[in-house]
Amino acid sequence: MSTKIITPVDEFADCLPQEYKELVARGPYREPRSVEDLGTFKEIIEEHPHCAGCGVSLGIRLLAAALPSPEDTLIVGTPGCSFFGLVQTALNYSNTAFGNQNAVAAGLKRMLQIRFPHVHKDVVVVAGDGGIADIGLDLTLHSWFRQEKITTIMLDNEVYANTGGQESGMSRQGRVLNMAPQGKRFPKIPVFEMAKVSGCVYGVRVTVASPRKVGRAVRNAILVAREFGPTYVQIFTPCPTNMKFSPNQTLKVAKEAEKDHYTYEEFLSTEVATYLAQL
Amino acid sequence: MTRQQREVAPEYLFFEAPGKQVFITGSEAVAEAVKRGNVDMAIAYPITPQSESMHLIGDLYAQGYLKDYYRAENEFAVMAAVHGASLGGGRVFTATSGPGTLRAMEMFPVWAGARQPIVCAFMCRGVSLPPSIQPENIEMAMLLDTGMLMFHAEDAQDFFDMILRAYVIAEQPDVHLPAGVFVDGFFVTHTRSAVMLPPEDIKLPAYDPRRTPVPIFDMETPPMRTIRDPLLNKSNFISYLANASWHQEVIAAAERARKYIRRYMGGLLEVEDSSAKIFLAASGTAVSQSREAIRVLKDEGIQVGLIKIKSIRPFPAEEIATVTSHAELIVVPEFNMGGWLAREIKAALDNNRRVVGGPRVFGGMTMPAELIVDEVKNALRNRSRAQRSNS
Repeated sequence: MSTKIITPVDEFADCLPQEYKELVARGPYREPRSVEDLGTFKEIIEEHPHCAGCGVSLGIRLLAAALPSPEDTLIVGTPGCSFFGLVQTALNYSNTAFGNQNAVAAGLKRMLQIRFPHVHKDVVVVAGDGGIADIGLDLTLHSWFRQEKITTIMLDNEVYANTGGQESGMSRQGRVLNMAPQGKRFPKIPVFEMAKVSGCVYGVRVTVASPRKVGRAVRNAILVAREFGPTYVQIFTPCPTNMKFSPNQTLKVAKEAEKDHYTYEEFLSTEVATYLAQL
Repeated sequence: MTRQQREVAPEYLFFEAPGKQVFITGSEAVAEAVKRGNVDMAIAYPITPQSESMHLIGDLYAQGYLKDYYRAENEFAVMAAVHGASLGGGRVFTATSGPGTLRAMEMFPVWAGARQPIVCAFMCRGVSLPPSIQPENIEMAMLLDTGMLMFHAEDAQDFFDMILRAYVIAEQPDVHLPAGVFVDGFFVTHTRSAVMLPPEDIKLPAYDPRRTPVPIFDMETPPMRTIRDPLLNKSNFISYLANASWHQEVIAAAERARKYIRRYMGGLLEVEDSSAKIFLAASGTAVSQSREAIRVLKDEGIQVGLIKIKSIRPFPAEEIATVTSHAELIVVPEFNMGGWLAREIKAALDNNRRVVGGPRVFGGMTMPAELIVDEVKNALRNRSRAQRSNS
């Protein structure tokens, strides 16, 4: 993308909202920015409409700051809490039918490769646990089997939050939730393990309590997807509203999970490790 | 490998290029259309009776006519992936049948709402239960209000013509909607007939992603921030109004397609023997069977006209009303149990008691001309009985 496209002509420059002017002048489009630089540039997401203490909104903010080239990034999602922040990002975002995100992303990536054979157009799926592990699981897995060059990022709050706190496949066993009145009867779906055996060439499991790790994982995953094939990042983004903890405890909950069921883990092929070491 | 084909104006391809007659199946006619359609990408999933056409399009990809092609995991994924590919600013094609159409259903209104000129061929068949792979077009009833344009081909020639014309109609900037091209499966897909084809070294002009009412999704086309205050986030009148206006614009775009359907397909319907007082009104292969019934009835001294309805969406309501203004009886034979075409016609006419919906054939049955002839004669008997009892 040329920065010309976001730069208004002089005649209209005054008419645009202040936030747009700031985006053009100080957005992260020209030079590399990262999670460490948060607070020093105009972010591509702001004023999110999520609940106080929302882990998903933090996850979106971190991943948006970590995009290696936001000016050529297209995000595909599915309806749910993740959508609320993403529709307001200053990059192309699409969500349409429930659970179709990895198929949409596959078609989009292939067409962009046809139209822009010499430009890396990064197609990134960002969706919740319900979208990826339940209603969209078959499409997720098949995009990995087919070796589509896309990155899939799961914002895992372990619940259907947007629809009012129902059990998802990623909810923990025993958790009492709507539609699981006696507690969930089976363990979290092992999507991270499935990614390893389904064709992903790079994967990270991480929580929002480790922002630098989130940033590095997202950046690596997108760069690797350009060259090698599908990549997967699973971020624990706890939900105070539905998990009934205080909104100021989100990072604490995530931190504790890192010692328990959400330990940091990374997998990558030797080829990918060599490539990343060269960067 | 890219095939050397020359881009020509649609008008030249459709109306002026020299034709050559071939004897091919409907499935082959689909591939012949896609070959000349300058299609960037096609995505396939097997279902009878659609599969053969998508095999042939796979062959076209292998020969260099398309730039990408793959077999996806199910029809919902296919329709989602062609949606994604179309968002990316290229021309796409896919096809499906009956149960595949139903499985993919959630995506069709998305295509229309996203204003994408995706062309999809529907080789109609029965839907479960009881299971049937036989020709039946009930799936068309289920797609009537998805916002897509719908054209119903009578034979392989129509199928070839309509697929290419569908791209040109659907891609007009003031239309820019998906188009379904429908045939009754097997009858058209699996039988051979004479089809006139333009030369294979010419093709439609490439899709131009700048001529769209909705910005292409490539981070090259402003605005990037497509939505500032998303419709779904807000519960207020303005968001409802914006949502409603968008729907109205989809319907208005389909209305604006009429002039292009007239230009490129010669009208939304075709009429034969417009002076008749009795009409058979049909779409798809029921038209061919009606032609035969009309011949039989003529031999018996009964004059019957034919209304062949080519465009189902937009529907030629005014044209049908005009053509039948003097008609006393309109019989509507259909390849489905629901009778959706008869409902559409009844809704378009004053004095719709003139409309008799039937015969209706489904579950794998064929529609012999005698069935239509009997329907017409029964309707005439009922009418004269009613007239006698009235007098």
